[in-house]
Amino acid sequence: MVGVITAIIFIPLLGTLAVCTWPQRNCRVIALIFNAISAACAVGLWRKFDATATGMQFVERHAWIPAINAEYLVGVDGLSLLLVLLTSLIVPFAFLARPVPADSRGFYATMLVMQSALYGTFTAQNFVLWFLFYEMSLIPAFLLIKIWGGENRDRAATKFFLYTFLGSVAMLLSFLGIYFAKGTFDFSALASLGKTGVLTGKVAWLAFAGIFIGLAVKVPLFPFHTWLPDAYQTAPTGVSMVLTGLLSKMGVYGFVRLLLPLFPNEIKIIGPWLLVLALCSIVFAPLAAWAQRDLKRMVAYLSINHLGYCMLALFAVTTSPTVAAKIDVHAALSGVFMQIFNHGITAATLFYFVGLLEQRRGARGIGDFGGLMQRTPLLCGWTSVAMFSSLGLPGLNGFIGEFLIFKGSFAIAASFTAIAVIGLLVTAIVFTRAMQLLFSGPLAESCSAFPDLLRGEKLVVVPVTLLMFAIGIAPQFMFNIFNTTVVQMARLFS
Amino acid sequence: MSAWILDHLWLIPAVPFAASLIILSLPNAWRRSAAALAVTGQVAALGLSVIAFLPTVQTHGFRTAQNFTWFTFGDNGLRLGFVLDPLAAAMLLMISLVGLCIFVFSIGYMADDKNFVRFFAYLLFFSGAMLGVVIANSLLLLFISWELVGLASYLLIGFWIERPSAAAAAKKAFVTTRIGDMGFFLGMLWLYNRSGTLLFYDGGKGCLESAGLAMLGASATFIALLIFFGAVGKSGQFPLHVWLPDAMEGPTPVSALIHAATMVAAGVFLVARVYPLFSLGAINGVTSSLTVVVWIGVTTALMAALIAIAQADIKRILAYSTVSQLGLMMVSLGVGGVAAGIMHLLAHGFFKALLFLGSGSVIHGCHSEQDIRKMGGLRRFMPVTFLTYAIGMMALSGVPFFFSGGWTKEEILHATAHWPKSPVPYYLMLAGVVLTALYMTRQIIYVFFGNPRAAAKHAHESPRVMTTPLIALALGAILLSVVLTPAWPWLHEYLTGEAVHFEIGRLIQPALFVSLVLVGAGIGVGLWMYRKAGVQDGNRPAQIDPLEYAQPALFRFLENKMWIDELYARTVIAFSWMAARLSDWLDRYFWDGLVRGFGGIGQAFAMFTSGVDERGINAGVDETTVGARGLGRLLSAAHSGQIQIYLGVVAIGMLALLLLYAWLA
Repeated sequence: MVGVITAIIFIPLLGTLAVCTWPQRNCRVIALIFNAISAACAVGLWRKFDATATGMQFVERHAWIPAINAEYLVGVDGLSLLLVLLTSLIVPFAFLARPVPADSRGFYATMLVMQSALYGTFTAQNFVLWFLFYEMSLIPAFLLIKIWGGENRDRAATKFFLYTFLGSVAMLLSFLGIYFAKGTFDFSALASLGKTGVLTGKVAWLAFAGIFIGLAVKVPLFPFHTWLPDAYQTAPTGVSMVLTGLLSKMGVYGFVRLLLPLFPNEIKIIGPWLLVLALCSIVFAPLAAWAQRDLKRMVAYLSINHLGYCMLALFAVTTSPTVAAKIDVHAALSGVFMQIFNHGITAATLFYFVGLLEQRRGARGIGDFGGLMQRTPLLCGWTSVAMFSSLGLPGLNGFIGEFLIFKGSFAIAASFTAIAVIGLLVTAIVFTRAMQLLFSGPLAESCSAFPDLLRGEKLVVVPVTLLMFAIGIAPQFMFNIFNTTVVQMARLFS
Repeated sequence: MSAWILDHLWLIPAVPFAASLIILSLPNAWRRSAAALAVTGQVAALGLSVIAFLPTVQTHGFRTAQNFTWFTFGDNGLRLGFVLDPLAAAMLLMISLVGLCIFVFSIGYMADDKNFVRFFAYLLFFSGAMLGVVIANSLLLLFISWELVGLASYLLIGFWIERPSAAAAAKKAFVTTRIGDMGFFLGMLWLYNRSGTLLFYDGGKGCLESAGLAMLGASATFIALLIFFGAVGKSGQFPLHVWLPDAMEGPTPVSALIHAATMVAAGVFLVARVYPLFSLGAINGVTSSLTVVVWIGVTTALMAALIAIAQADIKRILAYSTVSQLGLMMVSLGVGGVAAGIMHLLAHGFFKALLFLGSGSVIHGCHSEQDIRKMGGLRRFMPVTFLTYAIGMMALSGVPFFFSGGWTKEEILHATAHWPKSPVPYYLMLAGVVLTALYMTRQIIYVFFGNPRAAAKHAHESPRVMTTPLIALALGAILLSVVLTPAWPWLHEYLTGEAVHFEIGRLIQPALFVSLVLVGAGIGVGLWMYRKAGVQDGNRPAQIDPLEYAQPALFRFLENKMWIDELYARTVIAFSWMAARLSDWLDRYFWDGLVRGFGGIGQAFAMFTSGVDERGINAGVDETTVGARGLGRLLSAAHSGQIQIYLGVVAIGMLALLLLYAWLA
């Protein structure tokens, strides 16, 4: 199986070439074929993955730029594998989204570049390589918003780019600082150095701040989130799905993989403030979502909320003043990993449905619809499932992650967690309000000619919804992926 | 058989769930199959419940739990389980039996509905979730089922989704109960944190068993109160009761099943299930958490009974009556009468479902009219409905001897009278008994007596499929009293796990006369006050309620539900909406403004540097070039191309050199 990760990373790039050379009208099929190949490789990786082994698996290591100790080093543990699987799922899902963008050849080609970058980010184990992929995802995202976006796309794209790029620059500078101090870019070497604190004094704080800002923008964590509503709102549906499903996960992944292991002392000191920021994400974002009229913007704000739960758990685990009980650390980390995956599929599905509504109506204001249940019961039913999944209804995937996050966080940071349930409540208000305005009441005249879910749409919606049910009812198969990694990381944090 | 069911308890909720899924996938036109499948599924659940009931009767204090690992996170297992004990078994029987009656009734009531198939799918889904609540042996599994019950309630309240009021009521119910659920959720987390398990019974290690309880310490009070907050939401207790009357927007069978007999009782059941958390460290049976339960219950019971007097909608009267009765059950649990509270819950399930279905029959007969002031004289047109309704009314009012509600109410009053902390709840409960008899008498007079008014003129009795369940439930309301009498308190002993013995002397007690007098007083006052309801009486016009005529301000206050909805709309809801708008505004203008500010600073710096560049550095370069050009022009003037000038300059130069040389030498 050696080389399979490299294959996964580079197959989408080959896809880009293929899409560029093929005729315009077949390009989606071509893109999907390449997706299927890399997804098949990812599934093969999952099947051969030893769930009980600690450390990285399928490691490939080649010298790259020896002068600065930069290696081509890729490998997966449970967390990486989870994200590779998520990427394999979300990108083709995004290709099937509607409305289909104009001049789609360039669109698919750019998306494939982004997919390759995402695979790389989630598997690279050396900072230079990781950073290369991290930045490589930024440019396609910028282009996708700028070229295929809706209203205000120039502004939103520039804002997105500058925001994340400044974050990246800060992060790069910090890593250079670390490199000059310690002489390594290797993640595992850095993580083991982290126990004692990689750097000390002012330098440490500067380095911490740089990496923190870079990742906080990416997640995004309040108050570094203001690019997100604009970007998600403007981006074409498929891009919004990838942005929320995958790009935001790069931030969370960075926190887990880099920041938290590297700066345990710094985080302990300002931990309560970080928890406050996570709480702000959790409470203010759904409140803002409640006040939105644009459905995409509404879903975008709820994404901030859902990732806020991840941040809450991660900060709680790393800032606990006393040594937290093992079970709570395990619960919090498992909850974060579940939430990463669940939010990925659920939020992407919500965007997909908003896209379907937008395509039928030509608008996506929450007041542009009404009484849809009478006209399109299937569309309403399946959309409701995604909404209930997002608000954390037991029996669906969202509940598992949120329950574990709250379980772990409550034991460690009880008062913060107690306030965080406001987020769960407001999310419910936002979705029940949306369902009321969209589905109930007399049928709006503008919606009277809507077709119900078409066959092609059903083929997309049904599998992903079944996955939500599967994770919600019997989630063990998901836990098997990352349980060993959780145990290993928990040792790192306590 | 009984050994088999103990290993397959999960089948009890699973069968209705599975049937629900199948029905959901049926086409809209397959009405008969949907109804048949729904009834079959419910009958299967009832059969399994009966089988599960048998072993609990054979052994006193029977309890068995069946636990399993749901999933493993890190290296910790999360376990769930099912439990069978008298509490669960009695609830299983009540829910599946009442549910079955309501299913059959719905076949007639919903016959003309275009979404008939979906209705039964939702009903079965509810049934499965509710059975799950009852047999859960883990607070987490109970919470999961509890939330699913809430979802079913949401879907069924908003079933007639084209009505904006139904959708609004559904949303209100979901959000209001979720407020309570968040308390429940936190209580659960806290309990998990302290006792390390959420299993109720686990061979001595469960959170309700001595070892688990010992780890709670002082936090038990807070945990209990947080969990109770969930019960407050689900059981429509003050201050979260506002959703329950609005929930009457749902079809009447839904009101009967979910918002009267079963789901709203889940809160009471929850308190009974985790009672050891409430009573931990009790002195004389009193703890601070139980005291809160008592006072919340008393407030709710009395407030709702008062509001019920001034309502005109037949279902809303019953809804407030439900709220009031649930308060009564809470009081009973709070003062230590757990068995009494659960007995009242079981009895209430039968007679309140009966009353709701009866009201459904009335509404059906009056062509969808729900205003009791427009009915009257229906006893002649709808004799079966009238008779069964009267039985339900007597049971609810607490007429002793022949009606189940009489005995259970008696037990609750008995328990309350002996509460060591304060006598006030007892007296307030007595007032509640009078009020209950009063509002039920008022309702019966308005609906069934006097002359038929507008909506009752063309009323007709309902079809057999609807009256049969009424008769069955009425029989249940009467027959249940056999196992409730103090002479042979079978149900009481069954629930508390003691041996039953018969003693006729206990049938006659002094307290019985007290309540007989009170119920008599309530009915008597009602008969007197409303003897001319619906007709003109002196100066009072026909459409004015007698109480409204006598006490207009009081009536207005009660009719408007003490303006609690308005109060919430002006305070909590307005505040939350403002917070939402503010968050949006802050995001758009403040936080993004900061970002734009940073951008602005960058831009200003850029303009400054470009200014320095243009006017400073670049200007210097420009000046130099201009100077150089001037010099060039000057010099180029010398390159005139005229040989005489060149020669002249050469001559002058040589002359100057010669002079210089001569001077230096």
